[in-house]
Order: sequence, then C-alpha cells, then structure tokens
Amino acid sequence: MSSSERLHLQGITKAYPGCIANDAVELRVNSGEIHALLGENGAGKSTLMKIIYGVIAPDAGQLLWHGQPQVISGPSHARQLGIGMVFQHFSLFETLTVAENIALGLPADQAKDMAALEARIREVSEHYGMALDPKRLVYTLSVGEQQRVEIVRCLLQDIELLILDEPTSVLTPQEVQQLFRTLKTLASEGCSILFISHKLDEVVELCNAATVLRHGQVTGHCNPQHTTSGELARMMVGDDTPLSENYSKAQGTRVALDAKDLCYQPEDPFGVRLEQLALQVKAGEILGIAGVAGNGQDELMGLLSGEERQDSGSIQLNGTAIEHLSPDQRRQLGFAFVPEERLGRGAVPDMSLVDNALLSASHTGLKRKGWIRYPAVRQFARHIIDRYNVKCADEDAQAKSLSGGNLQKFIIGREIEQQPKFLVCSHPTWGVDIGAAILIRHSLIHLRDQGAAILVISEDIDELYQISDRIGAICDGRLSPIAPTQSVSIEQLGQWMAGQFSDPQPQQPEVSHA
Amino acid sequence: MDIDLITNILYATIRTGTPLILIALGEMVCEKSGVLNLGQEGMLLVGAVIGFIAATVTGNLFIAVWFAIFAGMLMALLFGFLAISLASNQVATGLALTIFGTGLSAFLGSNYVGIGLDGMQPLAIPLLSDLPVIGKVLFQHDPLVYVALTLFALVFWLFKYSRLGLKIRAVGENPEAANAIGINVQLLRYAAVLFGGAMTGLAGAYLSLAYTPMWSEGMSAGRGWIALALVVFASWKAERILLGAYLFGFASILHLVLQGTRFEVPPNIMAMLPYVATIVVLVWLSSDAVKTRLSAPKSIGRPYRPMS
Repeated sequence: MSSSERLHLQGITKAYPGCIANDAVELRVNSGEIHALLGENGAGKSTLMKIIYGVIAPDAGQLLWHGQPQVISGPSHARQLGIGMVFQHFSLFETLTVAENIALGLPADQAKDMAALEARIREVSEHYGMALDPKRLVYTLSVGEQQRVEIVRCLLQDIELLILDEPTSVLTPQEVQQLFRTLKTLASEGCSILFISHKLDEVVELCNAATVLRHGQVTGHCNPQHTTSGELARMMVGDDTPLSENYSKAQGTRVALDAKDLCYQPEDPFGVRLEQLALQVKAGEILGIAGVAGNGQDELMGLLSGEERQDSGSIQLNGTAIEHLSPDQRRQLGFAFVPEERLGRGAVPDMSLVDNALLSASHTGLKRKGWIRYPAVRQFARHIIDRYNVKCADEDAQAKSLSGGNLQKFIIGREIEQQPKFLVCSHPTWGVDIGAAILIRHSLIHLRDQGAAILVISEDIDELYQISDRIGAICDGRLSPIAPTQSVSIEQLGQWMAGQFSDPQPQQPEVSHA
Repeated sequence: MDIDLITNILYATIRTGTPLILIALGEMVCEKSGVLNLGQEGMLLVGAVIGFIAATVTGNLFIAVWFAIFAGMLMALLFGFLAISLASNQVATGLALTIFGTGLSAFLGSNYVGIGLDGMQPLAIPLLSDLPVIGKVLFQHDPLVYVALTLFALVFWLFKYSRLGLKIRAVGENPEAANAIGINVQLLRYAAVLFGGAMTGLAGAYLSLAYTPMWSEGMSAGRGWIALALVVFASWKAERILLGAYLFGFASILHLVLQGTRFEVPPNIMAMLPYVATIVVLVWLSSDAVKTRLSAPKSIGRPYRPMS
C-alpha cells in the first residue's frame, strides 16, 4: 500500500429494491490526485459518493481512510475526517447570507465571531480565485457563485478530500475554466479531488486518474491523460450503444412563431424579469436557446405555453395573434410543450400513462361530444409506448413508476404524435441515458423535417450544437443575437451565456433561402 | 377623556396583549423550524384548565404555572410525535389537537366551573412604578406580564444573534440541506414544537390564574387562532408580534370603552374593530412581498423524512 493513498473503497455494495446501485465497487484515491468518477446517469455515481460522505450506509464492503477501516456515521463525521462534498443540488439556504450559510456548516467554535469568519471567507475565496461577498444573501447570487459558497464552505475546514458531484453542469464555459483553475490549485496543495462527471472532455482536461462505472459496476480504471475520449466513452456506455450522431442542418422556410417585444415581470420575487424579448422560429428548423438555469428560461417557457401572461408584447403563430389565448386554446392551434419538470408538469405522477396521454392530447379526436373515448386513448398510449420504446409494465402503469428517461420518451412521444406546428422543449434529454437521448433527438429531427417549428431550451451545449439549426443564449432575461449554429463558436456562445452581447433586441438578418 | 381613563385603557391593553404575545412567539419559533402547529387553541385551553386545577389543589400559583407549562408541552409532544416522527399532515394534526384539547379541557374542568380563586397579584417594580402614567401602565402588572416581555427579548435575540436561531431558520427553510450539513432536523423541530407548547401553556396559565382567575369552558375565546394569524401578519418577526398583540389588545379595550359611551355604532360592528385594525396595520407593514417572502419559512408545513 502506498503511503500517499488517502481513500480506498473495497467491495462496496448497495442495493435498492429492484436495482443494485453499487456492485462490489473498488476505488483508490491518492493525495493530490484529481480523480474522475465517470458514468452515465443511473450508473451509481451519486450513490457511491453518498456512501463516502456518510449520507447512506453500504450493505457490504469497507472504506479505508489513510489505510484505516472507517465506518462513516454521517456527514458531520465525514467532515471531521476531512471529507467535504459539493452536491449537484446545493445545500444552501437562500434567505441567509453567504457568511451565515458557511457558519452553519462549521463547528460552533469556528463560527462564533462573524467578523473574523467573514474575513476568512474573503481570504480563502480570493486565494483560490473565487471572489465572494460574505454579506450577500444567497438568493441574489448566480448559480456559479452559489457553487463557490459550497466550495469555500468545504475549504474552510482543512479538508483532504473534496467530492464534487457534476459541478460543471450548471456553469458557463468560462466559469468551468475558472473552476478548473481553482481545483488544480487545490490539488497542487495536496488536496485530493473526486470529480463526478459524464462529460468526457472535461475529465480529459482536468483529471489524472479515472474510475468508470456502468450499471453499478466498475468497468475500468485509467489515466485520462493517456486514454482517448472514445475509449472512455466505450467503458461508460458498453459495446452496443452508438456514441454520437450527426444530424443534417436545415434552413427552415417561413416564420412560424413570431414573438415580439415580450416584457414580463414575474410575481415571484426570485423570478427573472424578461425585457423586450423577441424571437422567431421558422417552420422546419430547430432553434436552440442555451443558458445557465434561472436566467429566464422558465419565464419564457411560461409565456409561450400560456401559463403566464406577458405584460406587453405579441406572440403570433403563422400570422394569428395568440398572446391572449390559454394553454388549452394554444394547443388546439398546434402548440405542444415538453416542460422541464417531468413529474408534476409534464405528467401527473399518480395517474396512469393512459390518463397522462389524454391530458395534453384530448383535442386530437380522443373526445366525442364531451365524452372520453377510452379505447382510442388506450390505443394512443400504446402507440407512444411502442413507437418510442418506453420501458414500462403496461399502459396502466403510473407515471411515477417509470425511470426519468422512459417517462421523458413518453412525454416527448405524446407531444410529437400530436403533429404540432410549434413545439417547445425544455431540457429534452436532461438526466436521460445516451440511448434514450439519441432516440429523443432523432424524433425531434424527424418532426423538424416534417415542417414543424421547434424551440429547444437547454443547458446542454453539446446537444444544442448537435440538433439546432440556429442558436442563441438567454442571460438575465435578455436574449442574445441568434445565428446559424455553424457560425457560432463555443467561446462566442459562452460569452452570450454570460450576458456579453450589446443588442438587447436581436433581429438576425433574414437568411435568404434557395 | 381624562388621564385616568387613558391610563386604564393602556394598562388593560398590556394585559390583553400578553397571552397573544406568548402564544404567537411560541408559534413563531415553531413555524420558523418548518412546523405549523394549528393546535394552539387546544393547548391553550389545556394549559388554562391544568393551571387552574393545580392552583386550586395546591394553593400555590407558582407551582400551578409550571403545571400549565408542562401540560402545554405534553400536548405539543403528542403533536410532535405525530407530525415530526410519523410525518403526518401538520394541518390535519393541528386541527385534531385543537378539537382534542377543547374536549379534554371541558372534561377535566367540569368540576371546577364557578370556583373562585385569588389570582395573581400585581407586582409593582420599585421606583419605576411611581412614575406618572408610565408607572401605572407598565410597571404595576402581575409577574407573567414581565415574563412575557423577557421572553420576547429572548426570542428576538435568538433570531437576531444566535447560532441556534440560525439553525432553526435553516431547518425551516431547507431541511434536506440542513441535514446534509449535520444539523439534527428532527431534534430541532421537536425542541421548537415543545417551546411553542410551553409558551402556550404559560399563556393558558395567564388566562386562568391572572387575567380572569377562574375556569370556564372555552375561556380562551379564540385567542389561539388570533395568535396564529398574528404570526403570519407579523411576517414571522418578533417585534411585529409584540406590536400586533398590543394593537389587538388596545382595539379590544377601546371597543369596550366605546360601548359605555353614547357612541351610536352597532356592537357587532364594534366587536370587529380589533381584528380589522390589527390586520390592516400588519398587512400594511408586510406589503413588501420580497421582504415578507425572505422571512417566511420556506418549508413550513412540509414533513421531513430522514433518508435511510
């Protein structure tokens, strides 16, 4: 055993009813190492992290910390040992200040003197290049800044192992670079880092060791510096799944959806104000809107679906003004929506797939004189399940019993099968495995080729580059210029996502088409 | 109106406001931790009847007050077990507690209706009580009035300066996150609920031992509900609870005084005055939606189940 070995997991196993999240997992992390834990959604990465951090207890196996077997009884025990963790969903309190949030995570004796603590926060955050104002209320911070609060909270406690659960998923490309600089500084000072991700290029750029998980089992240990992304991907997804797809780009024909001068002041004080937003989506194209979560995507989606009413501005579909119509009326005109929240917005968790199919498609001939035609609805649900390869018990299964990816396939299928003229998708493949994501993208492209106008709002930049014909970004309620995808570099898009564009009311030059 | 009348009105205002302050402060701590306890009225009645029985049996008011506090805490413990440990619906559980407490207090107190008791005597603070007007209004009360003001200062300090207050707010805003950083959510919620029970039990003792030293069925007259509303209208701020409670007390006394004059307003309308006045003032104070949302506990009413 090498003297620099810090963490060693042996045969860690954790089973949940119906699935084995971790199956005899082996993992070694040395001091000063940036170790990647790679795997698809559902591969068991998060479960393993929670076991290391003491949130859940393993069924079998042991954990060696500095060569000594340890049973970690809970997060506070983990922190005593020197293990810190930044969750994907932050454990922050929005209505408290940065300093108060950090104070809560520290032992009482270190948090007594708030002035001294604030000084330490400034010192540590500046040392690692993550400027933070300790007095600000957390809800006023951007997501990237909130992540800094989490990291600084860990750093104030002399940690030896920092676990980061998909830290880059909420950051702009520039913020990612800043985070990587911070992590490299930390590692050079001897701190070990366990970096959970499914983004291969980031792992190759940052990490000097990697463990790959698939279906709860370790499928490989390697050094990403000496391994290609392709080899890593193969370990992640197995042999039978295609890795990526290339789609042709389309030009679109006439303008289908035309939104002008949308202004909206949400009632929710934590919401984002939309200012003079203008947006055109052509029939036969996919328009992609990138952006970090919480920059007005939800509000834009709400205005387009009709759940929220704009303060001023107009929305037209094929020349018909629809801004005053309810969501239901909009659907009858050929709108369809795939919201971000699958359970609760996209589908009713406790209802069967049959009933969920009826919910948004009732105007497509599933009713007659106000009565529901159940045989037709059932057939429709079955059709979606077959066509979109939805894995479920049968069409009477409750929506909540499906995995995220399968439910998403069902929802996308339900919307696409209505042959909409205009489809808005929010985060269509978020938390979905590669196979399902490819099917969903295929379906969207297919719908586009049939002449529908599609708007995709997503945080996944790679995906937007793959499927969008034109691309833009939203930041702080303002829309960047929108340009054909091939002509926008990733640096350019990153700047747009960070709000670096001058014209708040973009009108891209008309693309003349042959 | 002469100066004596004004002095008397203000004196009675303080007395009337005191039970509301106690209940509302206790409920505020409870709600800050994310637990909504609608059982205040029931706990109040049980506190009042137990305090009264203890006073009649032992003849010692000091012991009786402790009995009332303990009774309130027992009721709160029952609520806590259901709503915290068993994660039952807080609204339904709280309503059940009120119904249970109302019935239980009537049953326990049935032999004590109409019995007289020498209530708590005013305790004049030396020197201060000799001040003109102020002395009479503020410093010639029974001990529980001073206790209530001390508890107000304590709760105010708790949320303004203490780490414990910060932890309670954290638990009430995001119990999952609080658990993740090592705060014992359930323990803290139990503590908050028990504190609320103790405060309401004390308010019950104030009613049956000091305010009107006697027991009659349903003598709380809806004060538990008023205090609940007060917490919300006061935007979960201790100083506004104090203000609202005294405002309510003042308006209640005012309408009694005005009834004695030739003021030609139907008494039913007059009886609404305290409610209307309190609500109007506190709604006006809390009209800033952002600030109100910042002080409202985000996870209120949401049971927390620790992960296994």
